[in-house]
Amino acid sequence: MNYNWNWGIFLEASPDGTGSYLYTLFLGTRWTIAVSLTAWVAALVMGGVVGTLTTLPRRGWAMLGDAYIEFFRNIPLLVQMFLWFFVVPEIVPEAIGTWMKQTPNSSFWTAVVALAFFTSTRIAVQFRAGILSQARGQMMAAQALGMTLTQSYCYVILPMAFRIILPPLTSEFMNILKNSSVAMAVGLMELTAQTRAMQEFSFQVFEAFTVSTIIYIVINMVIVFGMRRLERWLAVPGFSFDRGAEADLRGGA
Amino acid sequence: MFGNFDFQAIVRGWHALIFEGLAFTLEVTFLAMIGGTILGTVLAMMRLSSIKPLAWFSGAYVNLLRSVPLVMVIFWFYFMAPYIGAWIIGAERPVQVGAFASALITFILFEACYYCEIMRAGIQSIPAGQANAGYALGFSYWQVMRLVILPQAFRNMLPVLLTQTIVLFQDVSLVYIISLPDFVTIASKIAQRDNRLVEMYLFVAVVYFALCLALSYVVRRLRARLTIIR
Amino acid sequence: MEKDEKTDEKAPPMILLDKVGKHYGNFRVLSGCSMQVAKGEVVVVCGPSGSGKSTLIKCVNGLEPFQEGEIFVNGVSVGAASTDLSKLRSHVGMVFQNFELFPHMTILENLTIAQIKVIKRDKAEAEQRAVELLHRVGLRIHATRFPGQLSGGQQQRVAIARALAMDPICMLFDEPTSALDPEMISEVLDVMTELAQDGMTMMCVTHEMGFAKRVAHRVAFIDQGEIVEDVSKDEFFDHPRSERAAQFLSRILHH
Repeated sequence: MNYNWNWGIFLEASPDGTGSYLYTLFLGTRWTIAVSLTAWVAALVMGGVVGTLTTLPRRGWAMLGDAYIEFFRNIPLLVQMFLWFFVVPEIVPEAIGTWMKQTPNSSFWTAVVALAFFTSTRIAVQFRAGILSQARGQMMAAQALGMTLTQSYCYVILPMAFRIILPPLTSEFMNILKNSSVAMAVGLMELTAQTRAMQEFSFQVFEAFTVSTIIYIVINMVIVFGMRRLERWLAVPGFSFDRGAEADLRGGA
Repeated sequence: MFGNFDFQAIVRGWHALIFEGLAFTLEVTFLAMIGGTILGTVLAMMRLSSIKPLAWFSGAYVNLLRSVPLVMVIFWFYFMAPYIGAWIIGAERPVQVGAFASALITFILFEACYYCEIMRAGIQSIPAGQANAGYALGFSYWQVMRLVILPQAFRNMLPVLLTQTIVLFQDVSLVYIISLPDFVTIASKIAQRDNRLVEMYLFVAVVYFALCLALSYVVRRLRARLTIIR
Repeated sequence: MEKDEKTDEKAPPMILLDKVGKHYGNFRVLSGCSMQVAKGEVVVVCGPSGSGKSTLIKCVNGLEPFQEGEIFVNGVSVGAASTDLSKLRSHVGMVFQNFELFPHMTILENLTIAQIKVIKRDKAEAEQRAVELLHRVGLRIHATRFPGQLSGGQQQRVAIARALAMDPICMLFDEPTSALDPEMISEVLDVMTELAQDGMTMMCVTHEMGFAKRVAHRVAFIDQGEIVEDVSKDEFFDHPRSERAAQFLSRILHH
């Protein structure tokens, strides 16, 4: 193979004038982390609410939750980003559309919103499984003590559901990190986009992609490590999760 | 709001959208599903093998590809394919690899990792007694796998494998990033040429939604049927 | 709900079931179930599995809805739409077959959570009451442990204490010993016996005929969703009136 390796390229200045190529990758990493973290928090809240809705003994709410899940998981993430970026500003009232288009960092917010909706459906499905896995017994016990529906959910059902779904939440966090690279399609200069730019300007394809691949792997490892710490911190003494239930959560998508 | 929605834009681009774009996406999805399942099953067998280097190689491969974004993987194969092609045929210069072949190879190699994890769970879900019963009848390892374990594992995991195929179908849209002529790329080209972004992207979304919803309905029916039989 | 301290003949029954019926679609679970539990009385409900006894006791505090008849607890209608079920349940203790302690809370928290959130006791008072009751069921040293760290028998005693912490006017037991290993059954029955001797009104679904003989005032026998027999304890064991009850007794006593 006649490929000219040049690892020194990272210290050379990038043509956009911001600094070395290594620095541009750092800027990309920062966007990647910002998008992933923001979207994950939003997806967790939205997924928690929707997943809870689908388990409520009120038919209307449950159907609304199901419709939300079907809608946002059956359209590819890339297409959803295009919808939020190109379509939504055109079909909302003009004043809002103009505001959306002129918002600074609009590609960042597009990516966050699209990732949050997309991922929240998967988290909602897991929340639902986590709630249902506690069977009817816990619900009855809470209500037998005089707790209202809201109290039963807040004090008894949801705290355990959250613990049960922590392991799958870890993989959702990693999925968001990986999926954040799709944001390059709406012009966000995150890590993959910066890598692509470096390749186009410097022609050192493999150096650029090797380094950014390693960066992704390192962030992944940090997530796994952090979530393990969280799991251990929240672990309930003497309580072990049913392995079968966990397998069901995975297959529940 | 939808006052100037131009339905004609879709009608005009109909042929290219469906018979080029969607056809490309469906072909890649279908072939990658078959290739990915086969490769994934082989990887799963390697992963569970008692031969350490095989298990190690499979584990490393699967974990590596699963921790890298698909967009990144698409770029990797896109840039590497010409060099690998040259290496295989011993050419001096990087050789051109067609769009379809490049996309297909990428998705087979990538999705195999996910199919591998599913098949691994499937194989492990079959009680050890089944394999022992096979060996007791005098079967070899390959016979036990082919006649006893894999058919059961495959059947148990069919709903999950199909669910992964829905994910694969959506994932194919990402070849937009290297401008391969899939459904989304063709739609976006027409959208920009005719300045009809709203119509085109809504159409794409509706088609994807309808197809994925239909497929997930099939999966649900299948799951219910398999549970009854089991 | 006021506690009525008088125990004269005119006092209304603590629990009154009047022709209670329940069905899922075409499938009948309960039909025409009528019975009473007077204040201070202990009634054992027994019957073959699938007879509807578990469903019946869950109807008493409204955990299971029913379509026909009426249930009154201390004069309050359980089925009426205007009834505040949460408030009613906070006065009615219930113990479940599978304990149903809250796994993410310590034993102490399991006993205080409803006191604090439902009947709005302050934390110190709730904890004092909890410790008192843990002492009574012999588990005070386990206050800071989690349910998963206790044996089944211990968990069920905690569950009884949790119900008692709400100062209930009556207690419902839904097969409290069915999920226990044989050697743990007696420790739970001892707590229940003591409770009965203190004058607690109790409705117990159980197969423990020894317990019934020792402490029950009356026994109700239920089969295929109907109350076949509702008689005094002695009558039930010595001269069961119905064929079905006699068969059930001979099977359960001579196994």
